[in-house]
Amino acid sequence: MNENSSARLKRRLTGIVYRIGLFLAMLTICLPGLWIVLSSLRPTVEIMAKPPVWIPQEISFDAYVAMFSGIGKGGIPVIEYFRNSLIISVTSTIIAVAIGMAGGYAFARYRFRGKSSVFLGLMLTRTVPGIALSLPLFFLYVRLGIIDTHFGLILAYVALNVPFTIWLIDGFFRQVPKDLAEAAQIDGCTRWQAFWQVEFPLAGPGIASAAIFAFLTCWNEFALASQLTRSVSAKTLPVGLLDYTAEFTIDWRGMCALAVVMIIPALTLTYIVQKHLVGGLTSGAVKG
Amino acid sequence: MATVSLTKLTKRYGNVGIVHGIDLDIADREFIALVGPSGCGKSTTLRMIAGLEEISAGSIEIGGRVVNDLPPRSRNISMVFQSYALYPHMTVRENLGFSLKIAGAAKEDMDRRVAEASAILGLDTLLDRRPSQLSGGQRQRVAMGRAIVRDPDVFLFDEPLSNLDAKLRTQMRTEIKKLHAKVQSTVIYVTHDQVEAMTLADRIVIMRDGYIEQVGTPDEVFRRPATRFVAGFIGSPPMNLHQATIDDGQMVFASGEKLPLPGQFKANVSTGDKVVFGLRPDDIYPTGHGISSGGAADVHQIELPITVTEPLGNETLVFVEFNGTDWVSRMLNPRPLKSGERIAMSFDMSQAHLFAADTGKTLRS
Repeated sequence: MNENSSARLKRRLTGIVYRIGLFLAMLTICLPGLWIVLSSLRPTVEIMAKPPVWIPQEISFDAYVAMFSGIGKGGIPVIEYFRNSLIISVTSTIIAVAIGMAGGYAFARYRFRGKSSVFLGLMLTRTVPGIALSLPLFFLYVRLGIIDTHFGLILAYVALNVPFTIWLIDGFFRQVPKDLAEAAQIDGCTRWQAFWQVEFPLAGPGIASAAIFAFLTCWNEFALASQLTRSVSAKTLPVGLLDYTAEFTIDWRGMCALAVVMIIPALTLTYIVQKHLVGGLTSGAVKG
Repeated sequence: MATVSLTKLTKRYGNVGIVHGIDLDIADREFIALVGPSGCGKSTTLRMIAGLEEISAGSIEIGGRVVNDLPPRSRNISMVFQSYALYPHMTVRENLGFSLKIAGAAKEDMDRRVAEASAILGLDTLLDRRPSQLSGGQRQRVAMGRAIVRDPDVFLFDEPLSNLDAKLRTQMRTEIKKLHAKVQSTVIYVTHDQVEAMTLADRIVIMRDGYIEQVGTPDEVFRRPATRFVAGFIGSPPMNLHQATIDDGQMVFASGEKLPLPGQFKANVSTGDKVVFGLRPDDIYPTGHGISSGGAADVHQIELPITVTEPLGNETLVFVEFNGTDWVSRMLNPRPLKSGERIAMSFDMSQAHLFAADTGKTLRS
């Protein structure tokens, strides 16, 4: 066997090992999701079976039907929860991204006193687990009368997301060469126009990814929401999952069905936006 | 079309001075090159004229109007950046038309002017491409096109050719010169490349450490450098510059070697003065192989050993040892030479330069 064929064999083997590794990794990531979908479609007996039943014996959409059937027929106020989740997530994402853009731009472009300490301070807030704040927030919100409201949760989520959006968007604005904004100003733009015409479109993918991350954080957040909301008018979908727990039983099938309902919009959104998340758009702007 | 005047123009960052109160008057339609080593303040000066950098003191006038505090868009200038700074999310057409779009120009007007500019620069076939699909030279051309479309009073160029390879640089240099002849507007061109400055500019401004060393035509700064720095900066290969002490009509170098004091400086120095003697490579040549062979009156002959030769085809750079160091000389119609060979050299003292050793100023009266 000469050198070339052994090199070729080696390359082929490496490829196979690589694919197996990738498959195992994907399996680990996807299996829980798949299990949730499967569990939402089969009876509790099968879910609880030991050893586990891998292939469902009968498929039914009962859980989904029941979910939307209204109180008393095994239903929960999904529509209300969905609406709450949407209002809270979208609003807090918009606010967090707007603040993140302003902050990220300032950190990327301007020099000011205490810049690095402020930046570090923002990052340090990320080290505090949200749940640790839930009790103080609870007391504070009760006093302020914003407990169990959309506004209260939006406020908490904005605070949670802003350091992250600033950090992410800062990085993307840094990648946009400063020359471009200057060229735009010479071409007749005001500072403001230069931002919207040139820097914003170029940092767009970064801003979109910051928005996605912020949205998903809000959409999936459970710990804070479970403390700060009580009623149907404010509870979000993750908190809604608790409606399936009773004193002695847990309706696993119903819970899984609601989880699927929760996952679908998040998945769709990510899928739509992922095309815009490609980097490298700035190539060719300057010598490179 | 406009004049540009800088008066006591100053830039400081905190306590650090970058540009120290420079004065400069640029005539209408003049091509001015700001040249100097990096960190000399030339780019900062250009950015102050553009309005991208605030000025600390002094004033800038464009076309007789003080523009000190006006934003870039109100100065009617255009600028070509070293990095080209093309908008990557726009096509070439959109890049060229961007300033017109911002100004709210009519569609037909915009199309016409973009077409004009692209015709001048040969960009017609590239209009629908994006900057990432262009080569370096094409990007450079788009950047210039974007500047032309605005029809500005003053063109500012910030080292526009330094990202191009040597061949393309020479080509674009010629294009810039043609362009200036065509558009006939005032140009301020920043470069660290003295060849670019010499070939393009009507007048050259040589800057160093935030001060102007000399302003003059290419011929003036080459033939009559005002300071030792200018003498060393302009010309390639650089002028031979060596320190000497005047002793009774002679220049005594560090090693004890002597050269006669050039006649034109006799009245301006006296025994004991410390000077820097300068002679261009063109004015030192193997006897019989020089530019002014035979014609010059004040030629000093001396036999020197060759250290290295650099053949360039039509000429050879010959490094000879004198005063313990290498002196560069230019040999026309070269013949093969060997290192170590002793060769008769002619020093054309009528072309010599003399600078005061302490101030660096020329001793020419």
